[in-house]
Order: sequence, then C-alpha cells, then structure tokens
Amino acid sequence: MSKLNELTIAGARDKLAAKEITAVELTQACLSEIESAGKLNAFVHHTPELALEQARAADARIGSGEESSMTGIPLGIKDLFCTKGVLSQAGSAILKGFLPQYESTVSQKLFDAGAVMLGKLNMDEFAMGSSNETSTYGNVINPWKVDDRDLTPGGSSGGSASAVAADLCLAATGTDTGGSIRQPAAFVGITGLKPTYGRCSRWGVVAFASSLDQAGPMTKTVRDAAIMFEAMAGHDAKDSTSADMAVPNFEAMLTGDVRGKKIGIPKEYRMDGMAPEIEKLWSEGAEMLKAAGAKIIDITLPHTKYALPAYYVIAPAEASSNLARYDGVRFGHRAKLAEGDGITEMYEKTRAEGFGPEVQRRVMVGTYVLSAGFYDAYYNRARRVRALIKKDFEDVFADGIDAILTPATPSVAFGLGEMADADPVQMYLNDVFTVTVNLAGLPGIAVPTGLDQSGLPLGLQLIGKPWEEGELLNTAQVLEEAAGFVSKPQKWW
Amino acid sequence: MSIDKETARRVAKLARIKVEDDALDALAQEFSAILGFIEQLNEVDVEGIEPMTSVTPMRLKRREDVVTDGNQADKVLANAPDAREGFFAVPKVVE
Repeated sequence: MSKLNELTIAGARDKLAAKEITAVELTQACLSEIESAGKLNAFVHHTPELALEQARAADARIGSGEESSMTGIPLGIKDLFCTKGVLSQAGSAILKGFLPQYESTVSQKLFDAGAVMLGKLNMDEFAMGSSNETSTYGNVINPWKVDDRDLTPGGSSGGSASAVAADLCLAATGTDTGGSIRQPAAFVGITGLKPTYGRCSRWGVVAFASSLDQAGPMTKTVRDAAIMFEAMAGHDAKDSTSADMAVPNFEAMLTGDVRGKKIGIPKEYRMDGMAPEIEKLWSEGAEMLKAAGAKIIDITLPHTKYALPAYYVIAPAEASSNLARYDGVRFGHRAKLAEGDGITEMYEKTRAEGFGPEVQRRVMVGTYVLSAGFYDAYYNRARRVRALIKKDFEDVFADGIDAILTPATPSVAFGLGEMADADPVQMYLNDVFTVTVNLAGLPGIAVPTGLDQSGLPLGLQLIGKPWEEGELLNTAQVLEEAAGFVSKPQKWW
Repeated sequence: MSIDKETARRVAKLARIKVEDDALDALAQEFSAILGFIEQLNEVDVEGIEPMTSVTPMRLKRREDVVTDGNQADKVLANAPDAREGFFAVPKVVE
C-alpha cells in the first residue's frame, strides 16, 4: 500500500469512511513527511499540535453523519491567508510576527468542513512573483529535478505547488491574481483551479489586487479540486464582491461526458517562437477532447496581446492602494528611527526596510500610473482595454463556445536564479496565458498533461464561462483521464 | 516614455518608500522598461469604451446601517509595534 500522505482527497475520504485509516494517522504521515522535506522550504510555519487536535476532532466526527468530504483531510495553507493565532506574513518582512486575531473566511470554511491545517506555505512576497524568489523566507524548491539545478516551483503559490507535488499534504490553498495558482500547478504537475471572480470570499486574504484576486484549490487530481473547491466557495457577508449564489455539488458534475461540447482554440495564444513541445502538447490536448466527442473550433480573442500590459497597470495600481496600510503603525515591522525623525521618515524607512525590491517596484509603478496627470493615460486606458478583453470572451461564449483550451505556461520550470539578470518584464511573460482569465473574471484550470524531453511536467489550461466551474471541471477531468499523467518527482530531498 | 532620476525620486516620495540617491538611476531605468512595455496600450482603439468598474455584473449587497462589531480594542492593538494606554503610538506629528 502506498504511504498515507500520497493519497488523494477522494482516496483518503473513502478510507476514512470505511475506517481503514484514521485522520490522526493520515495527519501524522504528512507531519513526518514535512519534517524530512525542509530542503524544499515549502512549509514555513508548522502547526503540528493544531493539526493533531483538528484530526482528533475529525475522527470523532467521522461516522456521526456530520462529516463532509473534507473531514480529516490534511492541508497546507498559503501564507497569504490570515489564520487565527498562527503567523501569517504574506511572505513579507513587513508582516514579521503578525498574528491574526481572526480567521480568513476560506480557511474557516475548510475547518468547518473538518479539514486539518498542517502549517503555512511559502509564497512570493504579497503574491508578487512567478518563481517564488521574492519571499522573505527564501526560495521554494521544485521537487522535480532533471540535472544538478534547483528549479523554481513557479509562483506566487510556489510553496503550495511544491508541497502538493511532493506529497507533504493532500492538497493546499492557493491564490491567483494573474496566474499564481495555474502557473505553479503546471510547473509541478498538479491541478490548480482559479474560480470565477466572486466565487470565494476574499475576507482575511491579504489583498494584492482586489479586482483580480481569487482563492482556489491546488490538488493532485481534478476530482480533488472539485471536492475542495465546494468547501471553499460561497457567499460571505464580509466580502461584498462575493457572489450570493448557490454552490453546487461540483464532484457530482464530473460525468465524464463532453460529447457535443464546443472547445475553442484561440489563435492569438500561438505565440511567435513558441516551444515546439508546447505546440505539440496543445494540439494533442485538443485531439484528446475531440476523441471524447467534443468539437474543436478555431476562435479569435483579438485583444489578448494587450492583457499583460493592462495587467501591469491595473495590478500595481491596486497594490499601491492596498499596501498603503503597511506603515509601521498598526501591525508588522517599524523601522528604528533616528533623532528628529518624524512620521514621514517612519513611513519611508519602514516601507524601505519591510518591502522587498519587487514589491517596492510594483508599489511605485502603481503610484506613478495613478498620479495626477497620468491617471487617464495609464489607469483609465488600462481599464478600457480590460473591458475589451472581457468582451472578447463574451463574444466567443455567445457564439456557443463552452470552454477554451490553451497552454498553461510558455515553458517548463526554469532554474532558480536564471532570471536574476533579466529585465522585470521577462519574468512577467510567465503569466501570458493565464492573466487574461483574471482580467475577465473567468474560471480557469491548469491540468498536467505531459512531460517535456528532459522529463519535466507541462500543463494545459481550460477556461470556462463565469460561474460554470462544474462544467469546466468536468471537461478538465476528461482531459486528465485521456492524458493519463501519473508521473511523480523522484524523491531526492 | 523614459523616466528620469527626478521623476523616480518624486514617485518614491509619493509611495513613501525611502530610496537612496545612488539607487535612483537604476530605479528610473526599471520604470522606463516597465512603462515602455505598458505603452503598447496606446495602440488600442478605446473610443467609446467605458473603463471597467466591476468584472462581474452584480449589484453590491446592502445591509442595515447598524453596529455589527466592536469593543475589542485589545485585539485591534495586539499586533501594533507600539501601543500605549489603548492607542497606537507614533512619533510626534504636531509641533
């Protein structure tokens, strides 16, 4: 029998229900795996006592008729989620020592469903990064290795990706503002779902760009994503942008039937100089869906090219406002002041010491595009372009397209440090296939479908209609089954 | 558009981030690269297009205007770098 920490959520649920295993045994298996995986630097705050307490409560609940599919399931929680009494620093030095006095809605919902928290997961600082190299905790390392290089797990949910791929937990929470769930999921060969904007409450999730941020599950299978997502989603009076809509049983919607579904292939995603391996993966994915009875249709999303530049106005603008709260007054770090320093010096020194270079850069770019005289030229223009990008999607859905298939990333995982000398824009290109989805508020899912020549995982992305994650998950599962991706990283850590 | 050292200094000041004088040139260069990338947006015809305010067409919910929370000063102050007598403490702001 495989080790308990290697189970999927669905597999563990069935064994727990049959009393073949206990939640405490399952949690202990994960805790000991985490202990020996320090090299990956995925878990940055460990909560073994809380985990065992939650596991014991789960064991008492299982069999009572009060359990859910998440009862007794050990999870990792991204450091961006505020967890009551457990350090939550958003990967930033400016939140050093921050102990929330409250629980984020998403983590609370997971706990209410009976899930177990093993600890907090590393991430790019304030979720700004695509390689998990901007974290105050240091780099996360991808469990996949093909030579002597340490590879990035992607970002910003790099700790979540690495932990799930290395079987340190059964699943993890992630957040996605421009691709931060889907890109790392693709880099480590797992499933990552970014829900429709408004599906999950943002309350208690440290804000990066509020009109783009969404929490979602990062799991070993599409079925697990459906199970965990159902527990995370739903209206919350504390987030006025969360949708007051019923949350369906997503797992029950995995019928395996995609006959007659229209899958769009957008020509604008065929980039100049795209790696032949990515092209091949993409056309193979389309063939798989076609073989399952779907219709493959060429579509056009004409404003795709402008998504990244629009994102790099809107996201920094919102970040500069959201991050204004880190001023050394209410929480986190405050700089030591010199004789005669006033409050302005306190703000300036605190923020210079507390924010890393990428966060400083984005806050300043955001400040610039919102400043007097540039607001219309940059910010308002970007918001107009965003409306056009959303309309591109509305038009193809109105024409009858059910889902859109694209590559998830422009490359496989790259080596840590390899982008150090590149211009910041080069790093931003990692999100080229994912960022449109955030701008349009749509659901998107990354599914692992193959390996490149060197043996590293590659993923495809499916984009769905708003609020139709159930249908999207169903199509994703058909793709997952057809691709038959079962590779795992060889343990070296 | 190229950003000069003085503009970089002004933006850093507006963002309340202390940037040392010798780091301003490099910062200005990075801004120029990012803004150069953003300039592509000028190619798009946005005539008659309203700037997006909400990505999902929904009306924000309203609630009764009543007190729902409060009386937890200790929790509010629990993470403050400097809290005294039930207040946040900061350097002197008025002479």
